[in-house]
Amino acid sequence: MRTIFGLTLGALLVLTSTAVAQPAPWARPGEEPIDPYAVTDANAGAEPLAEGAVFEAFGGAEGVSRIIDDLVDRSVIDPRLEEIFKPTDLVRLRRTLKEQVCFILGGPCAYTGRDMASSHKDLGVTTAEFNALVENLQGAMDAAGVPFRAQNRLLAKLAPMKGDVVER
Amino acid sequence: MASGLARRIISGGSLFRQLAAVTGLWLAFTAGTAGAQETERSGKLLLTGGVSSIEGAGGGGLAPWALITAYGAAGQVGANLHATVAELPDYQFRSGGIALGLQDRLELSYARQSFDTGATGARLGLGQGFTFRQDVLGAKLRVLGDAVYDQDRWKPQVAIGAQWKSNDQPGVIAAIGGRDHEGVDYYVAATKILLDHSLLLNGTVRATRANQGGLLGFGGDRNDDYSLQFEGSAGVLLNKRLLVGAEYRTKPDNLGFAQEDDWFDLFAAYALNKNLSITAAYADLGDIATFEDQRGLYLSIQAGF
Ligand code: HEM
Repeated sequence: MRTIFGLTLGALLVLTSTAVAQPAPWARPGEEPIDPYAVTDANAGAEPLAEGAVFEAFGGAEGVSRIIDDLVDRSVIDPRLEEIFKPTDLVRLRRTLKEQVCFILGGPCAYTGRDMASSHKDLGVTTAEFNALVENLQGAMDAAGVPFRAQNRLLAKLAPMKGDVVER
Repeated sequence: MASGLARRIISGGSLFRQLAAVTGLWLAFTAGTAGAQETERSGKLLLTGGVSSIEGAGGGGLAPWALITAYGAAGQVGANLHATVAELPDYQFRSGGIALGLQDRLELSYARQSFDTGATGARLGLGQGFTFRQDVLGAKLRVLGDAVYDQDRWKPQVAIGAQWKSNDQPGVIAAIGGRDHEGVDYYVAATKILLDHSLLLNGTVRATRANQGGLLGFGGDRNDDYSLQFEGSAGVLLNKRLLVGAEYRTKPDNLGFAQEDDWFDLFAAYALNKNLSITAAYADLGDIATFEDQRGLYLSIQAGF
């Protein structure tokens, strides 16, 4: 009895979800499959900035998108980091990073990625690698003409994530 | 090799010859590592080890900070050499030395300081060009906090340290009322980088008996006990390579023959890259051995690897 009820409920769920054609909130077409997780802005690991000036200084969502693409481009060819990023789904990484930075800068974005601890679990990231990524981010922000003080507003939000990202 | 080099830097004469010696060394070093230009080497972020303070420890110009010198992160060792000159109206101060940062946890440093009395030496009755020399061995241990990463809490990075100082002029020191030519300073330093304000703040409390940092010995006819002194630094990061700020360092006044003043400076520390940084300061060292208003230019070059 219970199984029949369960199966019916399951079938119903599948039916409704295909009917509305909503993708799972944790995944997007064109990305590699990923185990489900609870989607919440809290996964971004920082409270968003209250005022809009810093987001403006980054050039809004478009500026953030260009900066993150540049950051990823730099990091995958950086001899200090390339090994770590080899198996990574870069389509997903670019999307979630853009969401995260846009959200933290107070932009009109929701973060749908995983939290920092589970995203970096078992990667074995070192402090030196963390700093290398920050340097690449600084390089990308410089290239985009983001003023130094605005850059530091973002870095101040990211710096405390070291505890969740770095394992060694 | 290190102390030989330090000695060569110190006895090198002119400021430019000293800087050239270090720059040459740096060029020789970078020639071997060329290619790693675009992406900087691993380790810490620019300027997060401070520069070389006058006693050799990582810090500002005048005060040691809680930051561990050089660009070694956790799991790494970093090292640097420094050469410093301060041109004062009646004296010239020089220093050269080496410092190691281990795992961003422990710092070991050695500096050899020279305090050249030049023409003033004759007027002090010491003889033209009379020079006090002092060796300073330093150790600093980071005990809590992280100035760079703890941006979500007020807690500063805190370090404890000691500096063992030995001056080579016991006779003159005794003659001016000093009690010892050797002494140990102990300090606690707290550093906070407020990244969202691009600010660096440091406060250091030092227990010391040193007269003019030990260049005029330790303890004196007026006071022979340890006293607690405060050293404060504040700097603004103007960009990732340039830190400008001010420092204030209180000092004991142990000797009867001459008043000793607090030290003050305005500094700019510029990191060309992770291998080379330059600090320029306007330093006001007050009265020194009866000669008043010792204000002048302080220049320091630091080569790291
Ligand atoms: C504050 C610094 C960092 C932030 C904000 C950050 C952010 C992110 C985000 C949003 C994701 C995707 C999460 C998801 O897929 O749901 C991610 C994944 C990843 N990050 Fe980071 N990251 C940081 C530091 C680092 C560092 C220093 C490294 C390595 C040097 C690194 C390597 C990776 C890799 C390899 C993945 C993909 C993991 C996978 O495929 O499962 N991250 N990071």
